[in-house]
Amino acid sequence: MAYKVEKATQIADNIFELWINAPHVAKNAHAGQFLVIRIDDSGERIPLTISAAKEDLVRIVFMTVGKTTTYLSKLKVGDEILDVAGPLGHPSEIKEWGHCVVIGGGVGIACLPILAKALQDAGNRVTGIIGARNEKLLLLADELEENCDELVICTDDGSRGFHGFPADILKQKLEDKNIDAVWIIGPAIMMKITSMATIPYNVKTFVSLNPIMVDGTGMCGSCRVTIDGETKFACVDGPEFDAHLVDWDELMNRQRIYPEQEKQSLELFHEHYCECGGHHHE
Amino acid sequence: MSKRDPKIRIHDFDEVDQGISDQNAVLEASRCMECVRPLCVKGCPVNIDIPGFIAAINERDFRLAANIIKKDNMLPAICGRVCPQENQCEGKCVLGIKEKPVRIGALERFVADWERKNGARPPHIAKHTGKRVAVVGSGPAGLTAAAELARAGHKVTIFESLHAAGGVLTYGIPSFRLPKGIVRAEIDQVLKLGVELKLNHIVGRSIPVEELLSYDAVFLGTGAGLPSFMGIEGENLNGVYSANEFLTRINLMHANRFPEYDTPVINGSRVAVIGGGNVAMDSARVARRMGAKVYLIYRRREEDLPAREEEVKNAIEEGVEFVCCANPTKITGGPSVSGIECVRMEMCDADDSGRPRPVPMEGKDAKFTLNVDVVVEAIGQSPNPLLVSLMDNLERGKKGNVIVDEDGKTSIPHVFAGGDIATGAATVIEAMGNAKKAAAAINKMLE
Ligand SMILES: Cc1cc2nc3c(=O)[nH]c(=O)nc-3n(C[C@H](O)[C@H](O)[C@H](O)COP(=O)(O)OP(=O)(O)OC[C@H]3O[C@@H](n4cnc5c(N)ncnc54)[C@H](O)[C@@H]3O)c2cc1C
Ligand SMILES: Cc1cc2nc3c(=O)[nH]c(=O)nc-3n(C[C@H](O)[C@H](O)[C@H](O)COP(=O)(O)OP(=O)(O)OC[C@H]3O[C@@H](n4cnc5c(N)ncnc54)[C@H](O)[C@@H]3O)c2cc1C
Ligand code: SF4
Ligand code: FES
Repeated sequence: MAYKVEKATQIADNIFELWINAPHVAKNAHAGQFLVIRIDDSGERIPLTISAAKEDLVRIVFMTVGKTTTYLSKLKVGDEILDVAGPLGHPSEIKEWGHCVVIGGGVGIACLPILAKALQDAGNRVTGIIGARNEKLLLLADELEENCDELVICTDDGSRGFHGFPADILKQKLEDKNIDAVWIIGPAIMMKITSMATIPYNVKTFVSLNPIMVDGTGMCGSCRVTIDGETKFACVDGPEFDAHLVDWDELMNRQRIYPEQEKQSLELFHEHYCECGGHHHE
Repeated sequence: MSKRDPKIRIHDFDEVDQGISDQNAVLEASRCMECVRPLCVKGCPVNIDIPGFIAAINERDFRLAANIIKKDNMLPAICGRVCPQENQCEGKCVLGIKEKPVRIGALERFVADWERKNGARPPHIAKHTGKRVAVVGSGPAGLTAAAELARAGHKVTIFESLHAAGGVLTYGIPSFRLPKGIVRAEIDQVLKLGVELKLNHIVGRSIPVEELLSYDAVFLGTGAGLPSFMGIEGENLNGVYSANEFLTRINLMHANRFPEYDTPVINGSRVAVIGGGNVAMDSARVARRMGAKVYLIYRRREEDLPAREEEVKNAIEEGVEFVCCANPTKITGGPSVSGIECVRMEMCDADDSGRPRPVPMEGKDAKFTLNVDVVVEAIGQSPNPLLVSLMDNLERGKKGNVIVDEDGKTSIPHVFAGGDIATGAATVIEAMGNAKKAAAAINKMLE
């Protein structure tokens, strides 16, 4: 059985959204969880956050970084993905916290709508802060507007909204208001730096870690991360952890295990893809 | 049995053991004394009618031989290849006292391979009972339970979290020992009984526990999928793999054929494998096939290696260097592995398990370092906690294993379990044996 793409849209520079028909994932998906896809028989298993779920469909939003995400971005409505497994990982800790801040950087913004909505539904006031290098990399702002009581947009170059980083806005909010919990989702370096802001205020801060995974079910140990000096498997013990306990440098090292292979894979894909006029694997 | 030349076989993943010919099978079968009280059958965890199937081979009725085996074992081509026969049926064979035991494993494999080549008969399917049974996991335990339950006429659904069925048979045991086509063919035979297989379904996540419990009966066969790590410094450096990850990348994801397949693996030029069991042997032999110089570091003596003798022999022939009486203390490097520090072990008196207890030696000479760029830890797995930790009221032991009685019954009335999830890491045939007992108990309960 394969899983059909029902909707495929480019939503920002290098960023794409797909709605996939995968009832077993959609029915049980919660904020904070992810799925694992394998496009075809020779494909790699890659994890992607569940960004929304509606009836039988799940949405993924991804940035093209290597072979698999580039290949995914070429899929059109009606194409099939061979394997979609999930939902995986622990759901976010949704409860009545009070005032929550959800922060997204780059493609990490994709994780926020489902999270913001769950937090609102649980009776929280939700402030959203999203940041990207420039306006072209911003996504889902309108959608987030609906699920946040307040939304602040930041760009590194000032092309839209606040000229600066989400961390700057977070610091202001921490000064001004009572904040009870913070979620930060984005590239590791952004999560590391942004989460430092909450340390002096002792505010519970969650981050969603993105180490390299294989099975996503706790069987291989590829995704191991060090949390408070202890080895955890991000796929089953996480992916969300207390930001202040993460060994960030180790995570960033482990994300760079296969640089040459990744480059080779992507180059080969581009070669092949062009040769056959835009149809890969046919 | 004829094995391929080590010099050739370390360059590919094709099967090492070539099996036996018709003539040799019949000749070997003719040695069997057809004992009245066959001890071999007692030694077999699923009690195959061994003298029965051997007699059929002797009559050259290979089809009958296959049918006799399959009454008790739906996965004979797999078992014929990976069972530790030396400790089971063959270990008990009376001929073993004076001369060599009958080569039951080779005969089982011969019959299964013959049947696959000559077309298996469609199995008989019982009338539907109207009962639904959920089987979690498609390893040998799950497949066996599913086959037994489907034969009894229940509607069986297997849920498997990965994209391929077979459990360790598919992602763990390498194809030079167990070709994947054979695993698939035997799984297909189980599915032909009317069993439904749902891949990519993680029970506890894709299927909530309540939904699972709504089945008339449940069999848990989720295996021992949680890899252990030694807990030494440097374990999270790039290039340190659990055996599960290393083997999964290669067996399930075909990383040995990168970039034709997308999943990479570090192609170490010098690899250290830690451990001494079958999993360690498999990892070491895979690393040899990837072109590396391989050290197998084991803390006891060579004669204490827990792996099957045959596999140790294969590994030696293939050039794996055994570093025995040594224990790793630290993995060096950063961010990638550059070496592994070890301490020599002194062998002392036997411990509780009857084996000599290794104790680290003192002094500077006791320490040494191997320069390696990949480390594979094959020091054991514990029961897979993902689902069972979500099931309240499911009684579990200290090591995380599901507690069952001799029928495979758990503390939840209609939930049964078997295989590595109940016993901890064991063997294919033991997993199948437990699963058969549990299936029999389920059948009785659903009567
Ligand atoms: C829980 C989780 C959720 C994620 N959610 C999203 C998401 O919603 N949107 C999104 O764009 N990205 C997400 N990612 C990252 C995404 O999985 C990687 O970008 C993707 O695997 C890259 O594959 P590739 O073949 O295109 O790139 P490659 O060329 O293979 O690799 C590029 C980089 O991606 C990372 N990566 C590579 N392989 C894997 C792998 N198997 N697992 C994880 N990371 C890998 C590495 O850091 C690597 O350096 C998530 C990662 C995790 C762990
Ligand atoms: C490398 C290696 C080599 C071995 N060599 C031998 C050998 O030569 N001879 C021998 O007899 N034994 C050998 N063994 C041991 C043997 O493979 C195991 O004892 C046996 O596979 C256990 O069977 P099982 O069905 O209990 O579990 P497994 O084979 O582990 O299967 C469990 C299955 O359940 C799935 N699963 C887990 N959780 C869930 C969930 N929540 N939802 C859905 N699916 C789930 C897993 O993905 C997996 O497919 C070896 C083991 C390894 C790792
Ligand atoms: S114990 Fe040996 S000789 Fe006796 S029936 Fe079994 S295989 Fe034949
Ligand atoms: S990805 Fe294999 S254990 Fe997490």
